[in-house]
Amino acid sequence: MSTSGSSAGPRKLRVATTSLAGCFGCHMSFLDIDEYLFDLLDRIEFDRSPLTDLKHCGPCDVGLIEGGVCNAENVHVLREFRKNCKTLVAVGACAINGGLPAQRNHLELGACLQEVYAFRDGLSGSGIPNDPELPLLIDQVHPIHEIVRVDYFLPGCPPSGAAFRAFLTDLIAGRTPRLDYPAIRYD
Amino acid sequence: MDVEASVREVVGRQGRDATRLLQILIALQDRLDWLPPAAITAVAAELGLPRARVEGVAGFYSLLHGTPAGRYRIRFSDNITDRMQGSEALRKRLCHLLWTECGKTSEDGLVSIGTTSCTGMGDQGPALLVNGRAVTRLDAARIERIAELVRGGVPLDDWPAEFFRVEEGIRRRGPLLGTPFEPGSALRAAIARGRTGWGEEMARSGLRGRGGAGFATATKWQACRDAPGADKVVVCNADEGEPGTFKDRVLLAHEAERVFEGMTLAAWATGARTGFVYLRGEYRFVLDALQAVLARRRAVGLLGMGILGEAGFDFDIEIHLGAGAYVCGEETALLESLEGRRGTPRIRPPFPVTHGYLGRPTVVNNVETLALATWIALEGGAAFAATGTPRSTGTKLLSVSGDCARPGVYEFPFGVTVAEVLEECGALDTLAVQVGGASGVTLAGHEFGRRIAFEDVPSAGAFMVFDGRRDPFEIAHAFVEFFAHESCGFCTPCRIGTTLLKNDLDKLARGVGGKVDLANIEWINRLLRNASHCGLGSSAPNPVEDGLAKFRPAWERRLRSLEFEPAFDLDAALGPARRMTGRSDPGAHLDREESSQ
Repeated sequence: MSTSGSSAGPRKLRVATTSLAGCFGCHMSFLDIDEYLFDLLDRIEFDRSPLTDLKHCGPCDVGLIEGGVCNAENVHVLREFRKNCKTLVAVGACAINGGLPAQRNHLELGACLQEVYAFRDGLSGSGIPNDPELPLLIDQVHPIHEIVRVDYFLPGCPPSGAAFRAFLTDLIAGRTPRLDYPAIRYD
Repeated sequence: MDVEASVREVVGRQGRDATRLLQILIALQDRLDWLPPAAITAVAAELGLPRARVEGVAGFYSLLHGTPAGRYRIRFSDNITDRMQGSEALRKRLCHLLWTECGKTSEDGLVSIGTTSCTGMGDQGPALLVNGRAVTRLDAARIERIAELVRGGVPLDDWPAEFFRVEEGIRRRGPLLGTPFEPGSALRAAIARGRTGWGEEMARSGLRGRGGAGFATATKWQACRDAPGADKVVVCNADEGEPGTFKDRVLLAHEAERVFEGMTLAAWATGARTGFVYLRGEYRFVLDALQAVLARRRAVGLLGMGILGEAGFDFDIEIHLGAGAYVCGEETALLESLEGRRGTPRIRPPFPVTHGYLGRPTVVNNVETLALATWIALEGGAAFAATGTPRSTGTKLLSVSGDCARPGVYEFPFGVTVAEVLEECGALDTLAVQVGGASGVTLAGHEFGRRIAFEDVPSAGAFMVFDGRRDPFEIAHAFVEFFAHESCGFCTPCRIGTTLLKNDLDKLARGVGGKVDLANIEWINRLLRNASHCGLGSSAPNPVEDGLAKFRPAWERRLRSLEFEPAFDLDAALGPARRMTGRSDPGAHLDREESSQ
C-alpha cells in the first residue's frame, strides 16, 4: 500500500475570502459549486473567511474580495488582504465596478445621510449616527482596484458557480485563469 | 430672427438635401450662434429625417454648439506647441478680462471661451478661432485688444485685419512649391496621353498617398476606374487635423490651382464626374478664395462640361466644410460626414474605391497627393520617380513647428534625415521630434539619423521639435488628452480605453502614481492597439509607448511609490462624513497613523 495522506500531495493553497460593500451573493454563488467543494478542500484550505469566522487574515496564496469599498473599515480589511495574499482577486460586479452601492456616487453623501436620518418617517430627529464603533463612510464607493493593486478580475453579478469552479481550477493548476465566453455572457 | 424661418431658408438654399445636413447645421449656427432644440426639430421636419438623426449629427462635431454659446465663440488651439508658446496663460488672461471661465458662456451671453484641438497654425501660434475665424500670433497685447473688441461688441469684420492674417509660411521650396504653375497645363499634358496613358504615367511615378498611409495612388485610381458604377467620385481630403500639421493649409492657400487641377487629373484617370473638397472647419478662412478659384476654372473651361474641349470629360468640384472632428480625416469617416452623418469610420472592406460616397466608386486623396499629380503630368512619371528614394518617390512637405528658429513648411525630397531638417529649421539642443503628429512616432536623439520615408519614418507631414526645456512626459500626456477628446465614441475599446489612458496619465501628472500604473498603462495600450475599430484607437498608444521606451526616466520620476497608490486622498474622502457626524476619533481617519509615526 502506497503512503498516502496530505503530506505526500502538493501543499494546499491557503485561501481567504471576504465581502466588503457587497451582499454576500458572490459567496452564496461560490457555494453553488456544491460537491466540488469537497474536491476543492483536498487542494485548498481556508484562512479568514465567513466560512471559518477567522477575524484576521494570515499569509495566504489567494484572496477573494467581494464588494466595493464604501467605508474606512473596508479600506483596512482590503489592505490586510493585499498585504497577506500573493494573488488578490476582485470577485463580482461590485468589487470590479462599485456595483449597486456605487449608485449613491452621483449624490452628495451629506444629502444621502440627511434623507435617511433627518427626513425619513420614524427616524427623523434621531440624528446621524456618530458612534466611533461605526465605520465612517467614504464620499464615494470605489472599486477595489482604485485602492489596492488587483491581480485578477472574476466578473458576474454574481459569477456563476461554474465560473468560480473554472477560475479556481485554473489557479490551483498554475494556469492564468481564463473564462470561456459562455461563462462571462449574461444575457 | 425666427428660428423656423431661418431653418426654412437655409434648408431651401441647400436644396433640401439630407446629404447636406452638416452644411445646413453649420449655416444655421452662423445665423443663430448655436443650434437650439427648436432648430433641430425644424431641420428634421424639413428634411423628413428622424429628429434623433439630426441631433446625433449636431452633437458629433465639436465646433457645433447644442447649448447656448456666446455671440463671440472663442476657442484656443490646444496643441502642445500652442501650450509651449504660452496659450494657457493667454487663455486664462482673456477669461479674467472678460469675467468668464474656460468652458462656459458668460452670463450676459456675450462670449464663450474654450479650447479646441490643433487648428493648423503651429508655425504662427498661439492661435485661436473666433466664430470659426482663425486668429494667429497671440500675445498679451493682442489678448487685451480682443477683450476690448468683445466687450465693445465690435463685429468681426471690423476687427483689425492683421489679427486674421495667416502668413504664407513656406520656408523651403522644391519642385512642387518652387515651380510656377499655369492652370490647365497639367491637364493638357494628361489629356494628350489619353486616359490609359495618363494612368500609366502615374504608375511610373510611384506616387504614394501623402495622408500618411502611403498607398500607391495609381493603383487606387485604377481600382476606382475598374470598379462597376458610372457615377464615380473624387474626394480631396482637406481635413488636416493631425496635430502639428499645416502643409495642406499652405497648399490650399497658395497652390489651390494645383490642388483642383490634381482632382481633375484624378477624374480624367478614373472617369469621375463629381468632385468634393472636404475642408476642415478650422480652415474656413480659405473658403472664399477657393470658391473664387473654382469659379475662375469654370470660366476658362477647366471645370464643367467638356473640359478643355474634350467631349465626355465632365467634372466639377464642390466644397464641403467639416466642423471640428479629427476622426473625419480617416477616409471612410470623411465619407460618412460628406453624406451628412456622424463621422463614424466604416468597416473596410469594401473600400471606398468600390463603395465610397453614397456607395459609388470613390477616390479619396490627400491635398498634397493631388497637387503632386500636376508635377507628374507636366514632367513625367520617370522624372518624379528620380526624386526621393526608390520606395518613397518625390518630395514631402513637412510642417515644422515647436522649438526652432524657423518654423514653417519645408519641401524636402523623401529620404532627408531628421538631423538635416533640424539643421535647416534652426533647432538647437533638440530633445525629441514628433514626426507624423499625435499618431506618429516620437524620435529621441539617437534616432536623428533616420530618414523621412515610408520605409523608415513615415509621416503625414508633422514635424514638432522639442528642446531640452521640455518634459517628454507632458508631450505624451498632451497627445493622450487629444485622443481621448477626439475618440468618436463608436467602439468601446477606443471610447473607454483612451479615457482610461488619460486618467492614468493624469494620475502620474498629479504626482500620485505608482509603478503598477505603468504596467496598467501598457495593458491598456495593448487593448487599444488590438481591439479598436479604426486607426484612431490603434494609434492612440503610440506617444505613450514611445515615451515609455525612450524617455522612461521622465515618467518614473513622477511616481510616488513603487507599489500602488490610490489616485485620490483617502482621508479627504472621509471628510464629508466626518463633518456630518462631528467625529474626530482615530477611526474617523485613514492614513494618519502612518504619517504620524
